[in-house]
Amino acid sequence: MLSRIADSLFWIGRYIERADGTARMVDTLRLSLIEDPAQNENYTSSMLLGGIMGYDEINPEVGYEEVARQLVFDAANPSAISGSWLAARENARRARETLSTELWEVINTSWHRWNGLGTKAATQQHLGWVRERSALVAGIADVTMSHDDAWNFICLGRSLERADMTARIVATGALDWGPSWGVVLSSCGAQQAMLRTMRGVITDRSAAAFLSLDRRFPRSVLASLEDAERRLMTLAPDNDRVGFSDEGRRILGEMRSRLEYNDPDHVLADLPNQMRQVQDAVTAASEAIGDRYFKSAPVQEWTGEIL
Amino acid sequence: MSQAQRQSQGSAGQSQSQSQGLFSGYAAGEAWDEMMSEEGQPRAPFKPIHHTLREMDPESLKERADALASMFLDQGVTFDHAGEERPFPLDAVPRVIDADAWADVERGVAQRVDALEHFLDDIYSRQGSMPRAVDDGIIPWRLIATSSHFHRAVAGLRPANGVRAHVSGIDLIRDENGDFRVLEDNVRVPSGVSYVIANRRAMANVFPEAFATMRIRPVHEYPRMLLRALRAAAPEGRTDPTVVVLTPGVYNSAYFEHTLLARMMGVELVEGRDLVVRNGEVKMRTTHGEERVDVIYRRIDDDFLDPVHFRRDSMLGVTGLISALRAGRVTLANAIGNGVADDKLVYSYLPDLIRYYLEEDPILPNVDTYRCNEPEHLQTVLDRLDEMVVKPVDGSGGKGLVIGPKATGQELDELRANLERDPRGWIAQPVVQLSTVPTLIDGKLRPRHVDLRPFAVNDGDKVEVVPGGLTRVALPEGQLVVNSSQGGGSKDTWVLAGRNVRVPSNEAAEMILLSSQRPHSSDDDAPPTEPLDSEPSPTQTSPPQAVPTTGEES
Repeated sequence: MLSRIADSLFWIGRYIERADGTARMVDTLRLSLIEDPAQNENYTSSMLLGGIMGYDEINPEVGYEEVARQLVFDAANPSAISGSWLAARENARRARETLSTELWEVINTSWHRWNGLGTKAATQQHLGWVRERSALVAGIADVTMSHDDAWNFICLGRSLERADMTARIVATGALDWGPSWGVVLSSCGAQQAMLRTMRGVITDRSAAAFLSLDRRFPRSVLASLEDAERRLMTLAPDNDRVGFSDEGRRILGEMRSRLEYNDPDHVLADLPNQMRQVQDAVTAASEAIGDRYFKSAPVQEWTGEIL
Repeated sequence: MSQAQRQSQGSAGQSQSQSQGLFSGYAAGEAWDEMMSEEGQPRAPFKPIHHTLREMDPESLKERADALASMFLDQGVTFDHAGEERPFPLDAVPRVIDADAWADVERGVAQRVDALEHFLDDIYSRQGSMPRAVDDGIIPWRLIATSSHFHRAVAGLRPANGVRAHVSGIDLIRDENGDFRVLEDNVRVPSGVSYVIANRRAMANVFPEAFATMRIRPVHEYPRMLLRALRAAAPEGRTDPTVVVLTPGVYNSAYFEHTLLARMMGVELVEGRDLVVRNGEVKMRTTHGEERVDVIYRRIDDDFLDPVHFRRDSMLGVTGLISALRAGRVTLANAIGNGVADDKLVYSYLPDLIRYYLEEDPILPNVDTYRCNEPEHLQTVLDRLDEMVVKPVDGSGGKGLVIGPKATGQELDELRANLERDPRGWIAQPVVQLSTVPTLIDGKLRPRHVDLRPFAVNDGDKVEVVPGGLTRVALPEGQLVVNSSQGGGSKDTWVLAGRNVRVPSNEAAEMILLSSQRPHSSDDDAPPTEPLDSEPSPTQTSPPQAVPTTGEES
């Protein structure tokens, strides 16, 4: 397939997943503020913006409304929900002939409807809807596209974004002044899965392990990395006797093995640092994937006349 | 739905519905109205539709019209105008063409394309000698050589299967007597076919009952016809050719059409930067390295195709493309240099060229045309400037067109000066009233002017015309210029099957359709100009005279 199109597909996967992850985090903040009278709104909000999203210069007075403005409705910010959907749709427009019609339409109508929901306050209606739509996109891609390279690029983008997102959230849970593990779990949509898995017994340690190292929970860091690795292997099966010709796969594989074969206690004791490494690995792998698959001529500009 | 109920109520109080229904106050003007005869009776092909509409209450038609609009927005059936995506308005009332009238259109368009192919072959394939038609005195050489679209870069070059106009859009109008006439020929990059497909799908969803009662010929064969023609045009020896669609990019007003065609044909949609010429072959950059491309269905104008031969500042094209073309390693569809056949002065010779090359009489007449480069004609035009429509010969999008009866004294003076300075650059035509079709305007049906662009595909063996076409409608009252950027819209064009024609319901075709249900947008041509544009010139914002001037665009 065309490199340019592969690039667009990869980013569709990333942006849709990002919108989903962001919606979960903001929704968790919203709920905890409503349900827990002991919450310090300013502190938790700045935690989300600074600790997880990594924004500098957070105003200590920041509140939920400001979080919603920056992370939900800002179409110019590709980390915000509006921005992610806009970017996903723009990429989809460019890859429109490759996407299934149904997939294009769900992305297109989602963007239009999202704008119809209003931007006054980020309510459950907004945030729940975003999660639903992301699931819809994933489901429609799954059942209407051939499971070929195009589809694999979408999934690859999704897995990398998920590994990155979960790593950021998990890192905050390990901080002394961070949110409780219960909040972290629900930010990742893992609360119920975890409860069932552990039969109701949740400790800080088991929660951290579940989100970072569990092999079966699809949003865990380890599972996401493993999925990304598998996509790369499908895209370029290679039989090198030594080393890897696919740098992206090497980076992800190395990171994944370090987590998987390490003593879990070591990983958990050093969680913020480990999660930072995951984020770095995702960034490096993303670049390597770009170099290998998305290389095309330099972006060209319209000439005056044509415009 | 409640349609049946409404109908029965309607027939109880028929006289009332006549006076208050959708048709109340419907007054056809001096133009030929395609639905209503002079006596106010519906013409035969429109009877079922007239019957339905007469009984329908305006609200219900409005609801359906709204459903059409939202369907287009959801599907992204839009054109880009001034950086904004807009749906191309689809009127809820279809245009119907009966089988006999269509048979003439079909034969006439195919004949025209055939003659244009002969003409292009004549002027480009005989390197070193004059074209036959010039030697025999049918058309002056000066006229060809001075056309801005005559490209020496492709002189002496004969495409693999001899076809240069793989796709043509021949713009037709119906005059005051209801006769079809050719307004202009588009053999460069005719656009709009995506609307033909999109409109049909939308109408079928919203007016299913009409499709059950009328024998409407399907249009969804088009992508298959096109792919077949493109594959047939591959360079020699390429038995399983790779076909791509080349688009100027997502900001082009016809981007939707490009995606639709690529998807429905199952081929890649590439931009100039995806292609590279190596060792005389055109390659596309893919995730598995570079792959050879054999046939490029390009939706970019000649001038932007290859910065080496044409505009150096073009970033849309592919460096070295022309050399690959000359080496016979790739086929471009449509061919470079076709624009000379679009030239409006050449258009005026087409009836003679048809007789000359094909030894047949033209089936579809031209609109009467005065050639300003001939002194007697010029004099006539100058004397009657205020009754004429004057057009630049190579204008596209209706640029520079002047409608005499609407122009101010000053505009006419300027025009007169232009004509005297550059008579080769202009033609003039008497004002023709385009036919009208009822159109939903503010809850009532009103006559509005329409044109028709049927699409023809030439695979080298046969010129096939899609049974349908793009009907553009001018929404402002009395507007004769049909242009989407000036409040233009479109109508679905229903060609009825004759008694003996089997309506093909080919299963394979059906599968293609399902896979890509939807459609898309329009024009294409070159870089982002107006969508489907036809006549964007500001002088025509509310021209009441219609003139044969619609189409253009490419």
